Amino acid sequence: MDILQVENVCKAYSGHIALDNVSLSVPEGRVYGLLGPNGAGKTTLIRIINHITAPDSGQVLFDGHRMTQNDVEHIGYLPEERGLYKKMKVGEQAVFFARLKGLSKADATRELRKWFEKFDILSWWDKKVEELSKGMAQKVQFIVTVLHRPKLLIFDEPFSGFDPINANLLKEEIMKLRAEGSTVIFSTHNMSSVEEICDNITLINNSRNILSGNVEDLRRHFFADRYDLTFTGDPRELMLRLEPVADSFKLLDPDGRGRNRISLHVTAGSTPEALRRVVAEANDAVALVGFAESIASMNDIFIRAVEEDSANR
Amino acid sequence: MAKSKIGIVIEREYLERVKKKSFIFTTLLMPLLMLLLMALPALLVAFVDKSETTVLVVDNSKRVAPLLENSAEVKFEIAGDITVDSALRRTDVGAVLIVPENVFDAKRANLKLYTNGPTSIITEGHITGQVNKLVEQERLHHYDIADLDKIMAEVESNVSLSTLRNDSDDEEEALSSGLSYAIGIGMSFVLYMFLLIYGQMVMTSIIEEKGNRVLEVVVTSVKPAQLMMGKIIGVALVAVTQMVLWGALLAAMSAYLLPAMLPADAMADIAAVQAGNIDGVSDQGSIEIIQAMASLTQVGNILSLVGLMTIFLVLGFLIYSSIFAAVGSAVDNIQDASQLTSFAVFPIIFGLIFAMVAASDPMGPVAFWASIFPLTSPMVMVARIPFGIPGWEIWLSLGLLVLGFIGMVWVAGKIYRVGIFMYGKKPSIKEVVRWIRYK
Repeated sequence: MDILQVENVCKAYSGHIALDNVSLSVPEGRVYGLLGPNGAGKTTLIRIINHITAPDSGQVLFDGHRMTQNDVEHIGYLPEERGLYKKMKVGEQAVFFARLKGLSKADATRELRKWFEKFDILSWWDKKVEELSKGMAQKVQFIVTVLHRPKLLIFDEPFSGFDPINANLLKEEIMKLRAEGSTVIFSTHNMSSVEEICDNITLINNSRNILSGNVEDLRRHFFADRYDLTFTGDPRELMLRLEPVADSFKLLDPDGRGRNRISLHVTAGSTPEALRRVVAEANDAVALVGFAESIASMNDIFIRAVEEDSANR
Repeated sequence: MAKSKIGIVIEREYLERVKKKSFIFTTLLMPLLMLLLMALPALLVAFVDKSETTVLVVDNSKRVAPLLENSAEVKFEIAGDITVDSALRRTDVGAVLIVPENVFDAKRANLKLYTNGPTSIITEGHITGQVNKLVEQERLHHYDIADLDKIMAEVESNVSLSTLRNDSDDEEEALSSGLSYAIGIGMSFVLYMFLLIYGQMVMTSIIEEKGNRVLEVVVTSVKPAQLMMGKIIGVALVAVTQMVLWGALLAAMSAYLLPAMLPADAMADIAAVQAGNIDGVSDQGSIEIIQAMASLTQVGNILSLVGLMTIFLVLGFLIYSSIFAAVGSAVDNIQDASQLTSFAVFPIIFGLIFAMVAASDPMGPVAFWASIFPLTSPMVMVARIPFGIPGWEIWLSLGLLVLGFIGMVWVAGKIYRVGIFMYGKKPSIKEVVRWIRYK
């Protein structure tokens, strides 16, 4: 079941196209990465999902029906540039935002105290936002975003400005929210965090969706017929021996125990025979300890996909 | 749902401002300050330095010096037969007055006052006043008229004018046109300041919200148009709160404080005027002021004026703050706003100028049309109201103001909706106009 479906959405501003026929569907209860270079159109897409701007054409479905203003109440949005009233007290402000999302004053106060305790920031309740550091303000903003238990959470660069400890705390909270059934759309440039927490991604470049899919599948299939070998012995001898069955060798950094690693492409493809032959030849030349599919990093995928797309224009 | 959300926004905007210390301070202190300003000249005179100045008189005419009378401020000492030079050597006196010989004959005789140190304008006025009077009397005596003093007393005229409305049953409504003028201009000016200050408050707060990106969060819960209206209404309520508090404070002060401050006989005069008995006024010289005081101490008068003014303030504010809101949404910082704010600031200034015209000629065509046209009408109408204009004109003006406000909010909402997400380059007026047509 998809909680959110974006269908053929186009949006043009005077002089430039922000979104060109973008479609994607976000499965319920997953963390969905929305990736792309700066200015690709991510923010415009988020604004359309948030009902802030209307698309020129195409539509957005929420929970299977055409999205309306009322559905926005089920969304929690953490914008990239945090926005809080500087002169307002933290607690009052949080209650204000919670009430805008439909909570009663009493409910909001009760829920907020719980969250503030959890984040160990209850002492900030009567402080003004301008007295808080950037990281502190972001914690408040995060709480404000998730407080009304929205079905869909949209985080735009949630970790920027956080130290590793707080970033971790946040990551845990996001995973907890997911476990409780919330769906998360996660927009970021930080590819390692995508690998850690995203189930699916969409990559937007130049206003178009150029790559969508499950993170694991993408990483596995991105390098077709590429394998990593870990061994003790001379890498050159191994490469010489494998030349008939493999090509495009790449010497990798040694692993943690000082064992050599190379990556290679199996010429005959990933057939059982070809793979058996590679392993047999390698074992003859060196002491083979590991043989595994190459898994691309999201970074590799991002850069190659964007470069290829830009070259094709 | 939507309605209660706009309520939450209004509540925040209102409380945020009313709870500020600066608001409480200015609201309570301003009326006191105004009262102090009005009372200041009188207080100053009361406390001014009363030290006596000794003036040595060298009288060449021989006839002036013996007639000079000492007062609290000036004490005259007749020099007798000493020369000017030796008189000037006396440094123990405050000043030396030289009266020329021809003081009674010359068209413009020139007295000289040599002072040892500064003299006050009071001393100088005292001296010239006394000498002038002496010379006048002396010259009149030349004509040798019998019963001169009696004739002079009878000749002295002191006319006063009290204006009463012939077309109205309520005699209390009558305000002299001088007082109406002052009240009208005063109210226009207050309105002018409220519109500018509170209008700009809306603008700067929108620029701030846009700048620190609060808007991005808030618009996911509230529609931009609702947010804008919430802010405008919230700030309008703050303005009304301040106006009402000021009105109440002024009314209270004029009912209790003013009578306490004024001397008892003046209060009796005021009571006489309020009772319609002008002849009962003891000091006929200050009838104008007594009349003004009589209307000012009538609490009902003040309340009805403040009430009408508040209505015009609110409607005027709603129009102007929509313009200010649109401007605020279109720019990123105050500096960029200056050009666009002229759309709001110029009409306000024109309104004040027309209000001055209207106060001097309340029934003229300029006054009429300017008090009907929605942008200038708030200022101009309040300037005319104290003169007692026909009720239908006020209703027409209010009606058009409401229509103007609805139109302006519609346009401003369109600009606002697009503007709050436009960052970077300052938009041209052409671009802003194009935003209005966006879907």
